[in-house]
Amino acid sequence: MHFEYQIEGGNFTRAGFASSEIKKMMKQLNVDMGVIKRTVVSTYEAEVNVVAHAFSGTIYVDLDEEKIVIQLQDQGPGIPDIDQAMKEGFSTASSAVREMGFGAGMGLPNIKRNADDFQITSEVNKGTNVKITMFFNK
Amino acid sequence: MVMDTKYFHHALKFRKDVCIGCSHCMSVCPTYAIRIRDGKADLLDNYCVDCGRCYRACPVGAIIVEQDDLRQIFNYSKRVAIIPSVLMGQFPSSVSITQVTSVLMELGFTHVYEVEHGVEVLKSQMSEYISENTDIRPLISTFCPAIVRLIQVRFPNLTPNLILLKSPLDIAAAYYNKKLIDEGNKAEEIGIFYITPCAAKIAAVKSPVGQKNSPITGVINMDYIFNKVYTAVKQGFPGKDSRIFPSRDPLKSSGITWPATNGEAAHMPGRTLAIDEINNVIEFLEQLENEENQDIDFLELRACDESCAGGILTSSNRFYTVERLKKRAQRSENKEKDNNYRYVNPGPIIEYKEFLKQNLAIKKIQPRSMEKLDENISLAMKKMEQVHEILDNLPYVDCGICGSPTCSVLAEDIVQGHANINQCIYVQKNLEQKGDLTSLQSMEILKKIWGKDKFEDKQ
Repeated sequence: MHFEYQIEGGNFTRAGFASSEIKKMMKQLNVDMGVIKRTVVSTYEAEVNVVAHAFSGTIYVDLDEEKIVIQLQDQGPGIPDIDQAMKEGFSTASSAVREMGFGAGMGLPNIKRNADDFQITSEVNKGTNVKITMFFNK
Repeated sequence: MVMDTKYFHHALKFRKDVCIGCSHCMSVCPTYAIRIRDGKADLLDNYCVDCGRCYRACPVGAIIVEQDDLRQIFNYSKRVAIIPSVLMGQFPSSVSITQVTSVLMELGFTHVYEVEHGVEVLKSQMSEYISENTDIRPLISTFCPAIVRLIQVRFPNLTPNLILLKSPLDIAAAYYNKKLIDEGNKAEEIGIFYITPCAAKIAAVKSPVGQKNSPITGVINMDYIFNKVYTAVKQGFPGKDSRIFPSRDPLKSSGITWPATNGEAAHMPGRTLAIDEINNVIEFLEQLENEENQDIDFLELRACDESCAGGILTSSNRFYTVERLKKRAQRSENKEKDNNYRYVNPGPIIEYKEFLKQNLAIKKIQPRSMEKLDENISLAMKKMEQVHEILDNLPYVDCGICGSPTCSVLAEDIVQGHANINQCIYVQKNLEQKGDLTSLQSMEILKKIWGKDKFEDKQ
């Protein structure tokens, strides 16, 4: 099954909608609770990243009975140094974003830690593409 | 819906003979546990968490809260009424606890004891539990039985976060039972009766979660007791010739406000939040599931607005009740501070603290998700695809004419074989226009959902 969700940059009010939809579907599929938790945490984190840094983005969700693949494509500044961005504690979030409780610099490493498979590509001044894969029988 | 074992005892009963099939209950049910069939509301037992929203919404009193017969107290020679502080909060300040106690004794009880004495034992233990179990955050109170059930069915991920300690009610009941036994009474002579402000507490007593048996013998509804007591008080009881029973153990201020919102959270360590009203709780828990690094230590969650003061079996306005509880707590606090006041503090329950502490733990609470479409993931996947296909043809109006509360729920009901897409009025109109359904057939479908009576020509 395939689903798409739009993300609006800078609008935290709507952040989490896609994560909640994904969570609901995984519950309906009776997927292990631990897997659901890791999926939702990493998707939410990735969604918030797009809201915090990009102008807009799209989440593509592909779901079958073995796995869920979540791709987040954004149009935004991109990440100049992915290796640095993958370090815990690194953050470029503005102070306004931090005050809202986001941007502790835990984003990308945290997504990687929770995901079964994590891939990231980015082009400066164009955007970032994050791919999270979760397997249900783990 | 997967229909298998019946998990819960429900105190809420739907009277088919009174129900007019108006669907008000279906619209307000936060767990989508109600459908309309043959003109009557139908409760899906395993989805219901006993929050009581339906009870409030019913305009004809077709939903009742089943209670034990007051006369059954006379099967015991020691008849203990365990009353929550919310009961005292029902009365205007001119009514004293001595009056209330006296009327309860007149009704046949031999002992009256307030639930929240149990808080004296629980408060410090719960605080320690939160400080010790640092690996789980946030820890969630198990005080409200409707919330415990809600987490089991809708937020199974969060069952490990539930605090595995008994409620003040169970502690108070265990104490009083032990005390009476130590005074030389036989266990079978002792009947402990709880005066409840809500249906969820009844369900918790009749089918406890995390415990084998409840120490409570029976449950009497608070509105029933309130009416008896208030009538007696209005008629001048206790008069000059009546026996008067002073209530001996005064409650501490923290106990008095424990069942009100922030009653627990105010006393727990770290970052705490208190959330009341079940839809607020659902909204919050939905978000909580998405986040990983929570720095909240303790969550107090209550199903009713204004917590137990808003219980469905209360008679007084919940805001007055809370104000009375706070005033009483203030009076109590002033006395606690007054060194000259000979205050038996915190009461004899403390003598049993060690015994009660040993029996404080409850067993792990099991999740029992009701969201899954099928146990088997391949089948669940197929069903989910079907649900989405069906949803494409539904209007997302959530009108409820089909007998299910929302379009998504109808889609699931169809996939599970409990409903038909023709029940949707929009689908019916489309089919009629295409000539695939006659208006007679369409009428038959509606009659099957809403009952024949609703379509009779009244003129």
